[in-house]
Amino acid sequence: MNATEADLQPLADDAWLLRFGDAIAPATLARVHALCARVRAASPPWLRDLVPAYASVGVFFDPAVADAEAVRDWLRQQCAALDEDSVAATPTRTVEIPVAYGGEFGPDLEAAAQALGIPADALAARHAAGDYTVAMIGFAPGFPYLAGLDPALALPRLATPRTRVPAGSVAIGGAQTGIYPRESPGGWRLLGRTPLRLFDPQRTPPALLAPGDRVRFRAIGADEFARLAARES
Amino acid sequence: MSLHVLAPGLLTTVQDRGREGWRHLGVARAGALDPFAAALANRLVGNPEDAAVLEITLLGPTLQWAQPLRIALCGAPWPMRFEAASGADCTLPTGRPLALPAGTLRLGAAREGARAWLAVAGGLDVPVVLGSRSTDLRGGFGGLDGRPLRRGDVLGLLAPPDIACTAPRHPAWWVDPLAGAPRTAPLRYVPTSHPAAARLAGQDWRVQASSDRQGLRLAGAALPGASGSAISEAVAPGTIQLPPDGQPIVLLADAQTVGGYPRLGHVIAADLPRLAQLRPGDALRLSPCDAATARALACAARVRMARIGLAVASRLASA
Repeated sequence: MNATEADLQPLADDAWLLRFGDAIAPATLARVHALCARVRAASPPWLRDLVPAYASVGVFFDPAVADAEAVRDWLRQQCAALDEDSVAATPTRTVEIPVAYGGEFGPDLEAAAQALGIPADALAARHAAGDYTVAMIGFAPGFPYLAGLDPALALPRLATPRTRVPAGSVAIGGAQTGIYPRESPGGWRLLGRTPLRLFDPQRTPPALLAPGDRVRFRAIGADEFARLAARES
Repeated sequence: MSLHVLAPGLLTTVQDRGREGWRHLGVARAGALDPFAAALANRLVGNPEDAAVLEITLLGPTLQWAQPLRIALCGAPWPMRFEAASGADCTLPTGRPLALPAGTLRLGAAREGARAWLAVAGGLDVPVVLGSRSTDLRGGFGGLDGRPLRRGDVLGLLAPPDIACTAPRHPAWWVDPLAGAPRTAPLRYVPTSHPAAARLAGQDWRVQASSDRQGLRLAGAALPGASGSAISEAVAPGTIQLPPDGQPIVLLADAQTVGGYPRLGHVIAADLPRLAQLRPGDALRLSPCDAATARALACAARVRMARIGLAVASRLASA
């Protein structure tokens, strides 16, 4: 499916859902984020919210400002104008996230490494070496779903989710990796923890990461974790 | 000038029209489940439509204050008793502006419906977080520390009214935007192309007790096709999801921003206020509606609410 064939369907009476196919693929994700960048740059007066996901964008509009049909036609034009060059030229930000792996920071690292048949430090190193993209943010405010996990590191979710996952936990769930922004229940495998605050409603923007950002992890020790955590609080 | 919470009620939260512009970072809209009713309550006390109000659920709070103020309650019909500090005791009507002296307001249990919105002249003074005073219960921020009211809380007012009032006063007129909307009429929805979407209309559903501000969980004959895994995409208040057990969920104002369950459609905007009034155990039916009709009905509802708002403003001005 190419960009001009993007499928538009009503998500709500004041929102359209634009779908670029139904598969998780880097090229689709790049198109999603390029379209979002394009719409944000145009900043139409009716725009309330843009919600990118793996292969779709939710577009929320103010129905008192523009007719749904006018919004749909405009979105079609934007999709049609989205060529390979403009997708490739979409600027991306790279954010480095320090992570303390294993031990109290990553209680599942050892078991996960065993399940994969590799040493724990190799799992941590391979996870940290990945080149990730924030595919979308959801589940909880500021929770990034990171695409780009080495497929060899995919791990099934825990059979019984934890009732309390500490804030900042870096985890693998299926073929994805992500970071828990605040203490919550969760069923992903915890490899490590970052001292950075991923979400703070008092900040603008409130989330450390945005959809489309590239993420690099940097392995740190307990000392640096403590130092950075003190700075964050 | 402030409100003292003597009893919090079942689930009382500070809400306005909700947050916009942060959904891409996972921040829900939150806000009043029926923004029209909240806006109207504000109109009745002379507030801006998006001033912060209290959303009350099934069992209302008991509030006390020490100086005269003006309030209005819109939404479900609700028993309200007022004890003036002087000792006089009376019941109060909903849907109109009430001038009250110092005293204690007791909001009882809803007789029908599930929610109402209490506006106080001046508007509730809680911090604006990400552009809104609404409580985000799942995110734990906004409103009063991101949580429902508790006994002992004190709520300030942004612009306390300077009114003299020694006994409860209210006009003879009132407004009831839900009047004429039969509570038992099917809720209309715009179906998706999912094979189970049309089947939503064919049966009676019941509201499960586990429903909350995030979503109404329906119970009925399980719908087929729930096992197909969908890839996560945006959802909205009104979205109807099909989880693996085949029992649909209708998302409400605290809906997460993205979801991975198959989507069967959305309840039309004009019927969202009725969703807010469903209580556990209530029966409901759904009937399909095309998107153009849904948008025309939403537009008509906005026009109707604007007219009611203007009528209220002119009554208040001539009072």
